[in-house]
Amino acid sequence: MIRETPTAATLVLGVDGWPGHRAGQHLDVRLTAEDGYTAQRSYSIASAPEDGVPAITVERLDDGEVSPYLVDDARAGDRLEVRGPVGGWFVWDASQGGPLWLIGGGSGVVPLMSMLRHRQRAGSDAQARLLLSARTPRDVFYRAELQAFDVTYTYTREAPAGWTGYARRVDRAMLAEAGFPPAARPRIFVCGATGFVEGVAAELVGLGHGADRIRTERFGATG
Amino acid sequence: MAMTDESTLDGNAAAGVLGAVFRFEATTTVVTCASCRAAGPLGGAVAHVSDMGTVVRCRQCSAVLIRAAELRDRVVVDLRGAATIAVSVPG
Repeated sequence: MIRETPTAATLVLGVDGWPGHRAGQHLDVRLTAEDGYTAQRSYSIASAPEDGVPAITVERLDDGEVSPYLVDDARAGDRLEVRGPVGGWFVWDASQGGPLWLIGGGSGVVPLMSMLRHRQRAGSDAQARLLLSARTPRDVFYRAELQAFDVTYTYTREAPAGWTGYARRVDRAMLAEAGFPPAARPRIFVCGATGFVEGVAAELVGLGHGADRIRTERFGATG
Repeated sequence: MAMTDESTLDGNAAAGVLGAVFRFEATTTVVTCASCRAAGPLGGAVAHVSDMGTVVRCRQCSAVLIRAAELRDRVVVDLRGAATIAVSVPG
């Protein structure tokens, strides 16, 4: 268990017979109560394929059925029912090359982190940039590790004192400045809440990026 | 257009339930909509996921492509809305 922020934690899962995963995939966690009631949620995998075991980073949603347990109550050694890895669409393999442009909102950084870690561990020379929107600096996962990457932050609610970077929601001007031009034909992965993803994807198409270069992963509001 | 809210996800979100029944990776298959004949990767379609099950809709016309529900000991998949499903196989 690694605490990422006051409301989020990374859980490293030891899964018997884990077949390995690809960067960007997710897994399903199912909890079963003593009365047999079950609740299942999908979580993106944060670790790189090269790391072997899957790690997930979970944000606690206060009215959720699964995330409060995983973030606050789970302890090392607890057993979970896990299915996966699943998904083959929102994935990036180093062999696909770049440029790789990752755009995340809040906890949407999780599968993008798996891609950055994979790029690093695989020794890929693909250019990669991350544009990360967070409410405040305290809400950023993996902050120390991200210092090793080309990351542009925008803070939508509260920026640090003296901050000269972006302090607004991602918009077209920001995408034009902080990313790659359409002529570079970047592979673009956008992950976040539904509204964030739809807004960003529409602006990317408006800037001239091909819809076939953009892959999206929306996070639901159930936890 | 279908209703869009925080329960509206990508077809990718259907990977788990479909992976429980199909040998192939479902989200990279190309599905042709039986209503409007638009074709595209399942992962790029629209998915609605709830405890009742998963509904995948066409991103072009919003018709239902696939419905899947996990019951206690079986998975029920309704493919009526998919005219075809093209699966890449190793050459």
